[in-house]
Amino acid sequence: MKTTAEVIIVGGGVVGNAAAYYLAKKGVDVLVLEADDSIGHGGSSRNGGGVRQSGRDVRELPYAIYGIKNLWPTLSEELGVDVEYHQGGNLRLGLEESHLDILRGQVERATSLGLDVKMVDAKEVQEICPYLSDRIVGASWCPTDGHANPMKTTLAFYKRARELGVTFISGEKVVELKKQKGKIRKVMTENGNTYEGETVILAAGYESRKIAQTVGIDIPMTPFFEACLVTEMQPPMFDIMLGVATAEIYGHQCDHGSFVFGSGTGLEATLEPKLDDLRISALDVSANCRAIMKYVPMLKDAKIVRSWGGWMDITHDHVPVISKVSEVPGLILACGMSGHGFGTGPAVGLMLSQMVLDEPLICDSTPLRYDRFKSDR
Amino acid sequence: MVKVNDRMRDIGEFIPAKDDDILICRCEEITKGEIRRAVHDGIFTMEEMRRYLRNGMGLCQGQTCGKLVKNIMAKELKISPLELEPETSRAPMRPIEMEIYAKDGGNV
Repeated sequence: MKTTAEVIIVGGGVVGNAAAYYLAKKGVDVLVLEADDSIGHGGSSRNGGGVRQSGRDVRELPYAIYGIKNLWPTLSEELGVDVEYHQGGNLRLGLEESHLDILRGQVERATSLGLDVKMVDAKEVQEICPYLSDRIVGASWCPTDGHANPMKTTLAFYKRARELGVTFISGEKVVELKKQKGKIRKVMTENGNTYEGETVILAAGYESRKIAQTVGIDIPMTPFFEACLVTEMQPPMFDIMLGVATAEIYGHQCDHGSFVFGSGTGLEATLEPKLDDLRISALDVSANCRAIMKYVPMLKDAKIVRSWGGWMDITHDHVPVISKVSEVPGLILACGMSGHGFGTGPAVGLMLSQMVLDEPLICDSTPLRYDRFKSDR
Repeated sequence: MVKVNDRMRDIGEFIPAKDDDILICRCEEITKGEIRRAVHDGIFTMEEMRRYLRNGMGLCQGQTCGKLVKNIMAKELKISPLELEPETSRAPMRPIEMEIYAKDGGNV
């Protein structure tokens, strides 16, 4: 079994796999280690599939926009798997005036950064999507947002990277990093195996925290649970991504006809952070159904066939860490995706490949540094 | 059980077979050939297969095809079916309408 490579990527999620693909495409020798039996076992398969710019932080927008303009449109062809990308736009719905205030604030911030997003009234909402509740009083509308299939996208990057010669080893849980002569070098696993590389990309979700701590780096983040559900197949209704001002739910209709929604009970903050426990709460699906019916009442007879969930890695300021580490040359962090990892996955993957090769980045990564977290006291 | 799995290991080439058109997952209409081909795309676990092809993700949630898929994958991977972890079952046990599922006494 191969144990050395120019670049070792810890984490076989959408970010790790995308980085592996873009590196392999540039001829770099890559090895990916995934802790679980399955590739894409974490948050990459446990989200509602949004490919959005609206609602993103100023620091994330440049690469979110870059991905939507330059990577997503041709991704299916490039990877040889239909990732079900649709750029149908994103409506964020409000049911009362206070919701519209939240949306207006978001629209103002996004337009100041050049994003094409605006407020629409109840009538315009019905014109964009006639299947929504007539109780909706307004929404924000971003026509260039969309959605894709997160599970297929993650596996598509994996498949293509593997075809290009990237070595993937699953069932290898990384527990420790080691420096040699002041530079990153060794990656040790729970099974007692050691891998060696010139560069190590740490893209292991919340689990990245413990691993980074072994070389003296701590990234302030919290695990946060999110549940998803899927309905049986429905007749084709709409192509848009749906969100709501209160962030109770978000989702879309898939190519398959089923509706996928992500949500929560509102009680997540009290959960014990058991990262191996991926069971959802008994309250989750019921709460999600109530929230969905508020906005899309005609789905009331749609049957739920499955529910699932997983842990996100939320940083202190809800913005990812994508950064080289001054104290540990050769180590690159790509974690704390804060629930935004899927839609920006391809762009982050490309950016990581540029960091490894010291190429110009698609955008300035300084605001995404790991050492930006300071006490405000 | 989590075990080390080198995805670069040689499992041979995909060889088309006469029975590749047989429907294995009837809910989502996935054929034997699609499953066999996916193994050669690098899809080595039951969990990955469901995400890649949607097999076992329809109304019966794999209660009909789960064992068939496992055997096809094991044969293609040249391992015993016992080495493949079964897929995870999830709530609800039977498909339930949203309007009914919503009635758990929570806030409305």
